Amino acid sequence: MSDGEGARFITEQKLDTSHKAILYLEDLNVSFDGFKAINNLSLYIDKGELRCIIGPNGAGKTTMMDIITGKTKPDSGQAWFGQTIDLLKMTEPEIANAGIGRKFQKPTVFESHTVAENLELAMHGNKSVWYSLKAKLTGTQQFLIDDTLRTIGLTEHYYRPAGALSHGQKQWLEIGMLLVQEPHLMLVDEPVAGMTHQEMDRTAELLVSLAGERSVVVVEHDMEFVRSIADKVTVLHQGSVLAEGSMDEVQNDPRVIEVYLGE
Amino acid sequence: MLLTILRNDRGGQIMLSVLLATLIAVPLLNLLVPAGNPLHVPTYLVTLMGKYLTYALLAIAVDLVWGYLGILSLGHGAFFALGGYAMGMYLMRQIGDRGVYGNPDLPDFMVFLNWKELPWFWYGFDMFWFAMIMVILVPGVLAFLFGWLAFRSRVTGVYLSIMTQALTYALLLAFFRNEMGFGGNNGLTDFKDILGFSLQADGTRIALFIASGIAVIAGYLLCRYIINSKLGRVVVAIRDAESRTRFVGYKVENYKVWVFTVSAMLAGIAGALYVPQVGIINPGEFSPLNSIEIVIWVAIGGRATLYGAVLGAILVNYSKTVFTGLMPESWLFMLGALFVLVTLYLPQGLAGIVNQFKARRSSKQVTA
Repeated sequence: MSDGEGARFITEQKLDTSHKAILYLEDLNVSFDGFKAINNLSLYIDKGELRCIIGPNGAGKTTMMDIITGKTKPDSGQAWFGQTIDLLKMTEPEIANAGIGRKFQKPTVFESHTVAENLELAMHGNKSVWYSLKAKLTGTQQFLIDDTLRTIGLTEHYYRPAGALSHGQKQWLEIGMLLVQEPHLMLVDEPVAGMTHQEMDRTAELLVSLAGERSVVVVEHDMEFVRSIADKVTVLHQGSVLAEGSMDEVQNDPRVIEVYLGE
Repeated sequence: MLLTILRNDRGGQIMLSVLLATLIAVPLLNLLVPAGNPLHVPTYLVTLMGKYLTYALLAIAVDLVWGYLGILSLGHGAFFALGGYAMGMYLMRQIGDRGVYGNPDLPDFMVFLNWKELPWFWYGFDMFWFAMIMVILVPGVLAFLFGWLAFRSRVTGVYLSIMTQALTYALLLAFFRNEMGFGGNNGLTDFKDILGFSLQADGTRIALFIASGIAVIAGYLLCRYIINSKLGRVVVAIRDAESRTRFVGYKVENYKVWVFTVSAMLAGIAGALYVPQVGIINPGEFSPLNSIEIVIWVAIGGRATLYGAVLGAILVNYSKTVFTGLMPESWLFMLGALFVLVTLYLPQGLAGIVNQFKARRSSKQVTA
């Protein structure tokens, strides 16, 4: 545990958000076989902010997340986490350990592990090979797992294989995995797909409560859901930012209307 | 400690108990029961069983990387053979001047090739401890280098399997060459004794049989310990959702290299125990076909159970002994048919039969 805390302390020291912003994306370009998925994209996320990103299919939302988390390397441009951490020079696990967590569009949990084991695997701490060989759950970690299971409402599924959960429950489990990672920045891709209205309300509540302490970026298609949580909305279109502002401003923007409703 | 490792591992408990009983019973039946008595176990049978046990250890090693980590290695025969060669080199040096040419400094094949002095890489192999370190180190270093290059470049799936085949094939070709200094085509053979004990003596053969059994038990417990640890859970997570594992912060390459290297070391130990019991090691052990056969043992026994691998290795090799005796040409067809049948009807292998039966019974209870 002490090792894990130590490693975490170092990354926390490195993350410098003294200029308010936690994420800087500048002039990013990505093309796949000539198709420009991301086109001169610049975007800034502030510390503690809850930002919603909307846009039609193919607007580059998922590609943008891929760049931030290290899965895709851009052709040009810059991506910084705080003032000092250059995301483009890092691998996926390094970025994850620096404090960026991601929830995928299609819920991806470790299907043959139990619900509790999924949380154990995702939990922040030392993730080196030799450390894992001897790692035991500490009291604090056990408490965090129990606490998180309560938050995501899966306490009675503690020993259940994650593969046996319903679609909505998997979504929740993945959110739980994000929580125990304790990231500074959470990227959440379509969190409410496949959820009932009641579940959606709980998700909205959870995401709003997380912002402030952490920064949360939500990509979502469901406009009603976005309206219920967003203070600031960014509209992506053809790989770049089309409009940015409050939900009302954005919805009344003639360019946005044109993109969404067609010419 | 032992109890915590084997908790919730019913199959492992049964397998290890049976193995332990065999390890005690077989030497007794060999030494105390007079020949001619139906209960007598002849020495050749003890050695045959010892050989099966080394295969069982090899199968455990393959199950660790294939069953749990999801890497289908078709090159584990290479690590087995390298361990075998290291042991063979020690046994060659033990021959001393008792070879056909009576040269005290050089093994026979070097005299035959008109070599004047021992190549540098044979130095130290006259010492048992040095050879034993090499048994583990050589396969380990090769697996580490191979894994480091392959996994860091994110080579996965069938491409990786093909590369492991290429690895063992390349070694096969290299060891066939006389200039390599490992006896070429004929390999290393005509061994006389190990640690001063004659390899022909009943006592030595029984000791090797017991050593192989202990190696299987130790290898099993080590792998079970790894699988039970958090490292084991990460390894299974990599098998099931590799990129997800990266996104929660695990350096997947490091885990893969680690497990692959441990597995190769186990295979090397298996090879080292195999060679004194069969009395020869030649480049044929590097044959790509051998490595594929190991995978078939594991598939038939049941992946990701460890004890299934032991079961598969022993059963398949026992059948091989029986059928190659009866109808030598038919064996490969039988093996192929067995593999196809198991894949079709027993996707979890023989070890899965029990689970399938249990699942059927519990589903019946639910519907009833």
